[in-house]
Amino acid sequence: MRRLARSETAVSIIAPTLVGVALLLFWEAACRAWSVPVFLLPKPTDIAAKLLADWPTLLSALGRTLRVAVQAFVAAIVLGTLIAFLFVQSRLIEKSLFPYAVLLQVTPIVAIAPLIIIFVKNTQAALTVCATLVAIFPIISNTTLGLRSVDPGLINLFRMNRAGRLQTLLRLRIPSALPYFFGGLRISSGLALIGAVVGEFVAGTGGRSSGLAYEILQSGFQLDIPRMFAALFLITVAGVGLFVVMVGLSRLTLGQWHESEIGADR
Amino acid sequence: MLALPDSRSPISAMVPAVEVLSAEKIFPDGTRALAPIALTIAQGEFVTLIGPSGCGKTTLLKLMSNLLEPSDGRLLWWRAGYDDMVSRGRRVAFVFQDPTLMPWARVAANVRLPLDLAGAPRTIANARAAAALARVGLGDFARHFPRQLSGGMKMRVSIARGLVIDPDLLLMDEPFGALDEFTRNRLDDDLVKLCCERKLTTVFVTHSIYEAVFLSSRVVVMASGPGRIFATLAIDEPQPRPASFRNSAQFAEYCRTLSALLAQASQA
Repeated sequence: MRRLARSETAVSIIAPTLVGVALLLFWEAACRAWSVPVFLLPKPTDIAAKLLADWPTLLSALGRTLRVAVQAFVAAIVLGTLIAFLFVQSRLIEKSLFPYAVLLQVTPIVAIAPLIIIFVKNTQAALTVCATLVAIFPIISNTTLGLRSVDPGLINLFRMNRAGRLQTLLRLRIPSALPYFFGGLRISSGLALIGAVVGEFVAGTGGRSSGLAYEILQSGFQLDIPRMFAALFLITVAGVGLFVVMVGLSRLTLGQWHESEIGADR
Repeated sequence: MLALPDSRSPISAMVPAVEVLSAEKIFPDGTRALAPIALTIAQGEFVTLIGPSGCGKTTLLKLMSNLLEPSDGRLLWWRAGYDDMVSRGRRVAFVFQDPTLMPWARVAANVRLPLDLAGAPRTIANARAAAALARVGLGDFARHFPRQLSGGMKMRVSIARGLVIDPDLLLMDEPFGALDEFTRNRLDDDLVKLCCERKLTTVFVTHSIYEAVFLSSRVVVMASGPGRIFATLAIDEPQPRPASFRNSAQFAEYCRTLSALLAQASQA
């Protein structure tokens, strides 16, 4: 069984890697065969060379983008969870406030970002606010749903044993909500990065520079296409990194008991 | 000291554990779940509620656990209201239809829960949880998670959690309904021994005639529309009953009688 599981893991790593390598080789070969100009589509080797050459500036841009995304993500977790706890206190509170949470969610961040950048003087802070606004909704809605999705039998059991409000919250509602909460985190971690990048674009067009999106914007103006690709590559890597961290965290917390983290065969 | 016969009960020296005094239940949506019910369960008795679906067995059991309040009439536990009874140190345990375990907690923590909620010291709670698990034959599974256990084992954990508070009254709502007959019989055998050893007062809901006859000192047959008591049948056989009781002629006779009563109840 164990051996089978291991070979399964190996396949799930090796197969996509092979596909990736094949695609890169095809890309490289096609660009060389038809001699596609660099300003239309650079070869992977051009991009890699650019990445190495501009490493210091790109790395610091990545650092700034990541910092905004992580700050926003943390803010979204803290605020979103607090709001969810507020919502489950009473249906009235939820009913009065939930429409505004939806309003926030459906208004495109690109439309609000210029305002925020005008209102908040510090560019980094303004970008963090943008990204938080994008990332907070899944956490609010998932955590609220989770805190409400408690097995009614267990609620009865806690009532029979005269559990207090706090005991029920700590021992029943929070553990029940964890799988939903982690689902929210996975969505939200990606959104925080998207929010940060979108904010940077808006700020960048207004002349306030920060992060990878600004690098992309600048490289576009200068027709430095390989640099655009290099920055894009780094954004993708950052997104995948955040996602992997979230998956790991979820596995660490839920791995022993929740269906979502346990294979069907176990 | 001279023991005086209890003037309120036909059986001398009977202590009423639960008295249902004209308790009736009408749900907010207008459903009349229970017509006024009068039923006294004596201390140490094993009473089974049986009847067609929707006859209010579970509702009656929930009234006895104070999870529901009667719309009219009242209930007494050891001649007191529920809160008074609890403050005098008596304990009521409820075993649900489903195991109702916390999936994130190991078996030991699940069993320990009632003690944890009551604020019992950790070492005492651990010792009592281990003892309760051993009693249901799951001493070796304390470190497992509920998902690693079979249906029957989960139900045993649920029973251990009921026993861990050393209850005076054990209420069970069709606890073995989802299990295969073999497992059910084995758990019934254990339950009879347990209840007898600790002189537990037990109220048990089931759909199975065989289970009702095997376990009970008295079977209460209920009818529906609205839920009411149709008949009671005393099973006058010594407790604890051996597994071989199931093959005896008396057992078959009781089952026949009960089955006839049930048939009448579902037409009534």
